[in-house]
Amino acid sequence: MPTSLDTAANPEALRRIVIEPVSRVEGHGKVTILLDAERKVQQVRLHIVEFRGFERFIQGRPFWEVPVMVQRLCGICPVSHHLAASKAMDQIVGATRVPATATAIRRLMHYGQILQSHALHFFHLASPDLLFGFDSDPAKRNVVGVLAAHPDLARHGILLRKFGQEIIRITAGKRVHGTGSIPGGVNKRVTPAERDELRAPLADVLAWAEAGVRLVAELFAANRALYEGFGTVRSSLLSLVAADGTLDLYDGVLRARDADGGILFDGVRCADYGARIHENVRSWSYMKFPFFAELGPERGWYKVGPLARVQNCDAIGTPRAEAARQDFLAQTLGTIQHAPLAYHWARMIELLHAAEVIERLLADPALLGDELTATGARGTTGVGVIEAPRGTLIHHYEVDADDLVTMCNLIVSTTHNNTAMNEAIRQVARQHLDGHEPTEGLLNHIEVAIRAFDPCLSCATHALGKMPLAVEIVDAAGALVTRLVRDAEAL
Amino acid sequence: MSERAREPAIVPRRKLRVATASLAGCFGCHMSLLDIDERLVDLLELIELDASPLTDKKRCGPCDLGLIEGGLCNAENVHTLRAMRANCKILVAVGACALNGGLPAQRNHIDVRDCLQTAYLSGPGVERGFIPNDPELPLPLAQVHPLHDVVKIDYFLAGCPPSAEAIWQFLTDLIAGRTPVTTHGLIRYD
Repeated sequence: MPTSLDTAANPEALRRIVIEPVSRVEGHGKVTILLDAERKVQQVRLHIVEFRGFERFIQGRPFWEVPVMVQRLCGICPVSHHLAASKAMDQIVGATRVPATATAIRRLMHYGQILQSHALHFFHLASPDLLFGFDSDPAKRNVVGVLAAHPDLARHGILLRKFGQEIIRITAGKRVHGTGSIPGGVNKRVTPAERDELRAPLADVLAWAEAGVRLVAELFAANRALYEGFGTVRSSLLSLVAADGTLDLYDGVLRARDADGGILFDGVRCADYGARIHENVRSWSYMKFPFFAELGPERGWYKVGPLARVQNCDAIGTPRAEAARQDFLAQTLGTIQHAPLAYHWARMIELLHAAEVIERLLADPALLGDELTATGARGTTGVGVIEAPRGTLIHHYEVDADDLVTMCNLIVSTTHNNTAMNEAIRQVARQHLDGHEPTEGLLNHIEVAIRAFDPCLSCATHALGKMPLAVEIVDAAGALVTRLVRDAEAL
Repeated sequence: MSERAREPAIVPRRKLRVATASLAGCFGCHMSLLDIDERLVDLLELIELDASPLTDKKRCGPCDLGLIEGGLCNAENVHTLRAMRANCKILVAVGACALNGGLPAQRNHIDVRDCLQTAYLSGPGVERGFIPNDPELPLPLAQVHPLHDVVKIDYFLAGCPPSAEAIWQFLTDLIAGRTPVTTHGLIRYD
């Protein structure tokens, strides 16, 4: 598999260091590092330790429930799951042309989601590492510390997130786990008063978003050698692009580039994802390992998310974000930027883009229309692909004549980045840990690299694992509370 | 409500120490906590965060209050819950998954073997599938459980997620030494 640090030759003889839980990310992950007697790193793994089972328990549910059920995969990007499932179910109800108003409302919801999630990730979770230093005081290395040291910045982050969440509330019904999108369209209009309410803070939002891009660009310029080299691993890239090749986070065709920027495939219809992307399983993670089928698991792994998207598209269709993208591209003189820390810069460019798209949508008369749903010839298979904040999100369903789901396959954004995240932390381990006694600050370096990908580990735990070999948990009085199960037969 | 709730109100002379955890949940309840927006600044004046997904403190120390979202789906969840119970004077189950297992408990009526095969063996596009089984992966529970199956819970905040208003009302009541009351409109079961 990918590199030398994937699997140690003699793990039982090595010293085990564990980072658990990985913090300031969403969901449950841990990192194990195996060191030899000379503190040389021999193995590094990011484990996704939880399982859920969505793919199985969705089976047998009526298809119209699915957009509301599956968003419970993730409370940070519920809209992405809500819309990917809705887009898949559009094909079940035969809505080959979703009305312009419904599409505008869904797009508004989605770009609100991108904006709030990117703001949360940067300002609330990741910025303390960049502002205070990777090995700064862990007691202050959090949003409270940012509030104390950079109150305006933290406040703007809170207000950016609030703006995105308010868009979601108005389009989806509530901020977390709304119900606005349905198979074939949406179930709620946007009123002129609601539109005006969202327009009011736009000038501030655009200014804060531009300041965010500037901040990351300055951090990058001030620490260029560190930022460009930190955990950097070359890989292919994958994302949706619009039919004209511009950045589109709601809909489009699949495009992949190799590590040098050459096109691997382009114009691939979402429904054909299965021919391009296969997955492997490793014993030590509940998260699967996707790869491009034509390249195989050794060479076919790739990155998704902001860093992939801003380099995979031909251009961004909004002026401020495109100008910011050109500044970003100028840093590498046209070669592909692979540095994990560059994700933050790309993420801020996308946040600015989302603000610009929202401004456009709020000025679009189609947003206020009345035609909310469409239906047509009943289908049996639906594939919905969307660019979630963290990357390409694939939902695939089959529905029987009784309207019940018979098959569900989900490849969530963070799963695509599985190998890339593992390789990035191996690289960080080589660069910063090898030969040293691992301190808290050094171990935080590993987490800094993971955070750059903005992993959503709840999303990635939808799969369900293991078969029974029972251990029982009893309460203090000796009564059986539950059983733990361990796979006895899998290998 | 509980015995603790009837204890006399004490105005805190120091910041309350608060731990939060997400077990088998989706982070949506933490999102709803952050949805108090600008009031987050006020809240962080009144409390000190201990172990939480928002900080880098990995293990819960002695705390006044513990907020837990998510139910129990594996051994690690149970371990974290017990550590929180041992360290927190008041423990709160936040949201549908903590209260009754929530959506992840939809797997409770399905045989684990069946679920396994769907995810890792028969999924479209899976090559050389098998079931992950490394000792680093915590043991899954046969069924997803609510928190009160394993430890005593002092307060329950319903909702998927509970609204930011409900969380704010609850926390400000508790911080002021009042018995928390979530009135009509703040309790929901979605």
